[in-house]
Amino acid sequence: MATDTALEHNADVQDGNLWEGGKAPFKASYGKLMMWYFLLSDAFTFAGFLISYGALRFSMPTWPVPDFVFKTAPFGVENAPLIFVTFMTFVLIVSSVTMVRAVQEGHRENKGGAVFWLLMTIIGGATFLSSQAWEWNNLIGKEGMSVTTNPFSNFDEGGKYLSAEELEKAGFQKVETESHGAAATYFLHPHAADVPDNRFFVKADHHGHSLAGKEFSAGNHYLITYNHSTHLYEHGAYLAESGQIKKEEFGPRAFGALFFFITGFHGFHVFSGVLFLTIIAVNVASGLYVKRRNGYEMVEKMGLYWHFVDLVWVFVFLVFYLL
Amino acid sequence: MAQLDYAEAKKVVLKGLLILGVVTMGEVFVALFGNGHIIHGFYLHKIVFYPVMIVLSLYKAYFIVYEFMHMRYEVKGLAMSVLLPTLLLVWAIIAFFQEGNSWHNRRELIKQKDQESVHSQPAPETGMLDDGRTYQIQ
Repeated sequence: MATDTALEHNADVQDGNLWEGGKAPFKASYGKLMMWYFLLSDAFTFAGFLISYGALRFSMPTWPVPDFVFKTAPFGVENAPLIFVTFMTFVLIVSSVTMVRAVQEGHRENKGGAVFWLLMTIIGGATFLSSQAWEWNNLIGKEGMSVTTNPFSNFDEGGKYLSAEELEKAGFQKVETESHGAAATYFLHPHAADVPDNRFFVKADHHGHSLAGKEFSAGNHYLITYNHSTHLYEHGAYLAESGQIKKEEFGPRAFGALFFFITGFHGFHVFSGVLFLTIIAVNVASGLYVKRRNGYEMVEKMGLYWHFVDLVWVFVFLVFYLL
Repeated sequence: MAQLDYAEAKKVVLKGLLILGVVTMGEVFVALFGNGHIIHGFYLHKIVFYPVMIVLSLYKAYFIVYEFMHMRYEVKGLAMSVLLPTLLLVWAIIAFFQEGNSWHNRRELIKQKDQESVHSQPAPETGMLDDGRTYQIQ
């Protein structure tokens, strides 16, 4: 009786003073808690990037429209707005789900199950990275977007693309020259210097089909065609509703830098995640975590990181592709 | 709250896959519908479009943190020490979007000033002599 009372008394003191040492007040190990705080700080880093994207976007009169910029997919699909990035999002969601399964199997100390689901997660991460590599390659290599050059923008007034004859009739001088070993044709105002800023081109798409005569209205999107043989951006010439002959201008310069930096930073997280998942899968397979007798907590910590990568993608997907 | 047993936990996984998948499909559908890809020429107003997107994404974020990252089953103090600091971002968003808006206004002002031209004759030059009266310079 006396001992019972003493124990109860002792328990009361312990509950009231969780922070006096000897106990884990958050019922989480040091490693897990620090993983949470690392993720919190990483969330602030990503939030800083995404908020700067928002601030710069707010500061521009026009901004490239996502369902126009991201409308290509592998295997020659050209008019599928957002479909490929939706696929990438699904890959990441599925890899998050397989990670949850790996953590569950880890809790049961089921080595085979944990290794299997970790491998599934690694495959998901690698698929996501390959998809992103394709997306970047398409944007940089085919469409000519770079950190400093953004060929995507919107018309601020309606108009009609002009043909070579119409440009010559309007007094433009035809220039036939050579660039990187390929024939290039463009038009200049009389007496205007032959510098990239002054060159007017007859609008053609990436397959070389002329779009002269095509009409568009204010707010419509365009992509300045990058010619891969001449290495020139072909700024399409058009007759604007105001009566002036204009050419397509580059879009907000910040777009490329923000896109490549933010999706690149996220991709780097996925890449490091795949590396760490591999290390942990090897450790699980070698039986290292069985000895620790903590329900494969290392898998759980890695799971937190992996879900966070998915969580960040939710917001990257929101600001770059949906809004 | 206690941890779920194994069978229940597996069910949560399947539920999670369905919820995240359906919400993502919903977002993409709204994005395409709102930008005139499904009904040609139909556009959702930004006042409807933006909040729908943001709320759906925040729901996905909540689900990932609470179910997949097990925040629901952690001690309240841990959850609060991680989640409450993110409220600071609310201010960051307000402040930087306000800043972006101000840059926008300045760009517009500069553009407007650049296009200004003087049509009238310049005002005649004036000078001042020692007596304090102004005289036109001929």
